[in-house]
Amino acid sequence: MNIPKNLKYCATHEWILVEGDTATIGITDFAQKELGDLVFINLPNVDDEVAVDEAFADVESVKAVSDIISPINGVIYEVNEALLDAPEMINEDAYGAWIVKVKDVTGLENLLDADQYADLIKEG
Amino acid sequence: MEKKTPLYDLHLELGGKIVPFGGYLLPVQYETGVIKEHMAVRTACGLFDVSHMGEILIKGPDALSNLQRFLTNDFTNFEVGRVRYSPICNEEGGIVDDLIVYKFAEDEYFLVPNAANKDKDFAWFQQHATGDVEILDLSDKYAQLALQGPKAKEIISKLTDESLLPTKYYSFVRDLTVAGVPCLVSRTGYTGELGYELYCAPDQVAGLMKALLEAGREEGLIPCGLGARDTLRLEAGMPLYGHEMSDDITPFEAGLDMFVKMDKDDFIGKQALKEKTPPTRIRVGMVLTDRGIAREGSLVYHGGKEVGITTSGTLLPYTNKASAMALLDPNVSEAGTEVEIDVRGRRLKAQIVPLPFYKRS
Repeated sequence: MNIPKNLKYCATHEWILVEGDTATIGITDFAQKELGDLVFINLPNVDDEVAVDEAFADVESVKAVSDIISPINGVIYEVNEALLDAPEMINEDAYGAWIVKVKDVTGLENLLDADQYADLIKEG
Repeated sequence: MEKKTPLYDLHLELGGKIVPFGGYLLPVQYETGVIKEHMAVRTACGLFDVSHMGEILIKGPDALSNLQRFLTNDFTNFEVGRVRYSPICNEEGGIVDDLIVYKFAEDEYFLVPNAANKDKDFAWFQQHATGDVEILDLSDKYAQLALQGPKAKEIISKLTDESLLPTKYYSFVRDLTVAGVPCLVSRTGYTGELGYELYCAPDQVAGLMKALLEAGREEGLIPCGLGARDTLRLEAGMPLYGHEMSDDITPFEAGLDMFVKMDKDDFIGKQALKEKTPPTRIRVGMVLTDRGIAREGSLVYHGGKEVGITTSGTLLPYTNKASAMALLDPNVSEAGTEVEIDVRGRRLKAQIVPLPFYKRS
């Protein structure tokens, strides 16, 4: 299972790359595998606020829809609109296909590191 | 407790992602994923484990008269070696199940109901049987594979005497040897493609599946799961029990009029169906014109008024359109009508289209 060491994670299978007070969020390789072929994504807008444990987007596979949960608090300043036409990019490269970039980031206290996340999905 | 089909270990070996369905543990998909599996069936060939389906034998001097009463279709003009589809209705005209019937002999019929309804059907038949007839649940004696796709004939011909294969749609042959395994082979399926369904003894089905996969490798044959089975049937406009059919939905509402013979002698549900004509809701196909996907259980609106509810829906892999089936007010069921579907709080525009969404050319 691909779990890069430089990223942080949360139990709902999002990854987050924190750089100063900005962050980039996506879903993990484990998540895309569990969801299967993604065919649609609902994205938020720039300037939308995100909050810890709240859904800010959703992805749909052929079989089901799943919320994407924010691991942190902040304000969205960029949305990866390329995913609207090609949500399968997440299947192909879960860590390259970021979903949103967030500024004014707070609430980093409960994030998991790569080892903790690896343990979590092992326990299943 | 879910049962395993005799192919359970092989599914794991092939990378199947196992889920419970109709009382069985079955692969929802393999490593390739639902979309590639769906496309394989449309463009080459796919192989499905459908061993969960039930098998019920009805035989005896009064087999036909019982069948005529149990089922809405007519079986008096039905030849040995042919297969026929039919709903089963309850006294209120609702659908107990839908199944296909194989005619083995004048006094012997082989029925293949849905896995989840098999016990209900068997009890229903026993409860309503009259005269000299024997009803047997043979579900544990048969495993079943579905080989579906334009390359199906080419592939199966490598493993059997091609000249003995059933040629007509909805016909079958018994005791055909495929890869050394005695099979019943019918030209049937649930995908909208040319294909075969093969019934054999459970202890021989793993060998048969391996032989088919091996024989079809060059043609692009891959194993396919329940996910693709569902998207394929939806794309082909076929109703599924528990979605477009239920104990509360009549065959007329489900658009199955051609399988209900109101001019034959009495059958269970006939009187109720007479009273429920014309239906107050009808099954339709819809394609979303707004971006998004509608799934089962979304309310449908026309001119601000609620006119029905979706029964199945997803992004169909081959047509590449977000599509749904729904039970709608017949007044707004005409193709071309614009409606709105409430998808988790958002009203998405959709258009009524004729079914099926896809037809094999």
